[in-house]
Amino acid sequence: MNKLTGAILATLLTTTVALADPVDDNLVLNEETQIVTRTAAPAHLSDVLDEVMSGWLFRGTETRAMQADDFDNPGMIFVEQAMETWDAVDGTEGKSCSSCHNDIDSMAGVKPTYPKWDAKAGTVQTLQMQVNECRTERMGAEAWDYDKGAAINMEAALSSVSRGMPVNVAIDGPAQSTWEQGKEMYYTRTGQLELSCANCHEDNYGMMIRADHLSQGQINGFPAYRLKNTKLNGAHDRFKGCIRDTRAETYSPGSAEFIALELYVASRGNGLSVEGPSIRN
Amino acid sequence: MELTRRNAIILGASALFVAGLPKQSAAAATSDELIAAFTGGAEIGTGDIKLTAPEIAENGNTVPIEVSSDTAAEILVLAMGNPTPSVATFKFGKLAASRAASTRIRLAGTQDVVAIAKLDDGSFVQASSTVKVTIGGCGG
Amino acid sequence: MASGVKPRVKVPKTAAAGEAVTIKTLISHNMESGQRKDKEGNVIPRSIINRFTCDFNGENVIDITLEPAISTNPYFEFQALVPEAGEFKFTWYDDDGSVYEDSKKIALG
Repeated sequence: MNKLTGAILATLLTTTVALADPVDDNLVLNEETQIVTRTAAPAHLSDVLDEVMSGWLFRGTETRAMQADDFDNPGMIFVEQAMETWDAVDGTEGKSCSSCHNDIDSMAGVKPTYPKWDAKAGTVQTLQMQVNECRTERMGAEAWDYDKGAAINMEAALSSVSRGMPVNVAIDGPAQSTWEQGKEMYYTRTGQLELSCANCHEDNYGMMIRADHLSQGQINGFPAYRLKNTKLNGAHDRFKGCIRDTRAETYSPGSAEFIALELYVASRGNGLSVEGPSIRN
Repeated sequence: MELTRRNAIILGASALFVAGLPKQSAAAATSDELIAAFTGGAEIGTGDIKLTAPEIAENGNTVPIEVSSDTAAEILVLAMGNPTPSVATFKFGKLAASRAASTRIRLAGTQDVVAIAKLDDGSFVQASSTVKVTIGGCGG
Repeated sequence: MASGVKPRVKVPKTAAAGEAVTIKTLISHNMESGQRKDKEGNVIPRSIINRFTCDFNGENVIDITLEPAISTNPYFEFQALVPEAGEFKFTWYDDDGSVYEDSKKIALG
């Protein structure tokens, strides 16, 4: 019996160790777009991390494969819905997104720089806030609810045309104080479990948390199609889930706190490719 | 395994547990019934049927599987541990270039997935694969 | 009709006569299993795509019966023989009686 238990334990440990490291794999979308899923950490992280890695490297073989082809990627269903919205007139001004921006392909390069400082608004804005600014101020349409259907689908569509481009959010200049606020949040323990973002995603990435594989918590793949709820999920919604799991009162998607956290977490992935809509667990 | 006192207790407890389980709802056909309906009670052998499924599924909501055979006319797929075991039945037509298909299925937990093929010669063969379904991390 | 249902198919534009081509299909659909309960504890009634067929010039390629254990947004991949130029027809049958169709022409080349 002891021998048997020993053998089982050895197998379990081997399996766990084998699973714990991120895979050594290469993501090419539709056999043409090379995605950078690991690269040297940006300068502001150099004292804590050597390398930054996409969450894609921490997922299973089948999940990784599902993202490599746009037809296999169910997140693209929602992108297609947003592409139709892009051309649909909405609001009192009789305009669609394409009235001003033409084809959505012309938006390539926009997603990698968000969240960013908006001089007119005098604040850091996320891409969804920018979209809502267009809707309310230029289209005369109603703002979309944060991280909900239409908004998250549009963010995914805007992300999809930038896939393969490096995340490149500015952390200095007028955005710096917001970035500092996000950084403070990242390293602050919260909730009854007293966990900070860093406890899991900086100190223990690669380890198993129960049966799940802890990633670096990068958001270059957001919006992400999650297998667990079979829809697109925004970064703020994901933050909310993590904070809830520390058993803390959480913030709302679209809140000032999550905008700051999004800027900081995005900056930890500067240099990784935009992947959204990615496939995650 | 040797039948020690400890094992005997475990066995006894499991028997009690099974006896205490509620009966399957009347509407859901059992896997035995589904197999009997498909084969008409014919014997099931092994041979020209292959089932490809991940050893570990990251999420039970979306588990990719593939069934393939050289001579199957129809393939029945069952998830033996689901509340209703039926998954799908594939019937290949005259213009099927291969007797193979892939899809994505839901598994309620770690269990055996079974593919039973009715071959062109009228015989039945089966293949099965155990898929471990992992549970989430910290509830997220 | 269930809302937001949209079929997608991927078929090569050309094939040689007698060639086998790979076809992928995906339809956006919740595939409500009938196993889930709402917030009040009532069972959410089953509402799924229960059958999918693919035909080429009126001849069947594949006929699939779907059960609630097929994932949200049902996906299939299979191979078809293309004996001549023509049209693939894809049909999805919903529990609610709706029928969704798509078709793709393929030329010899």
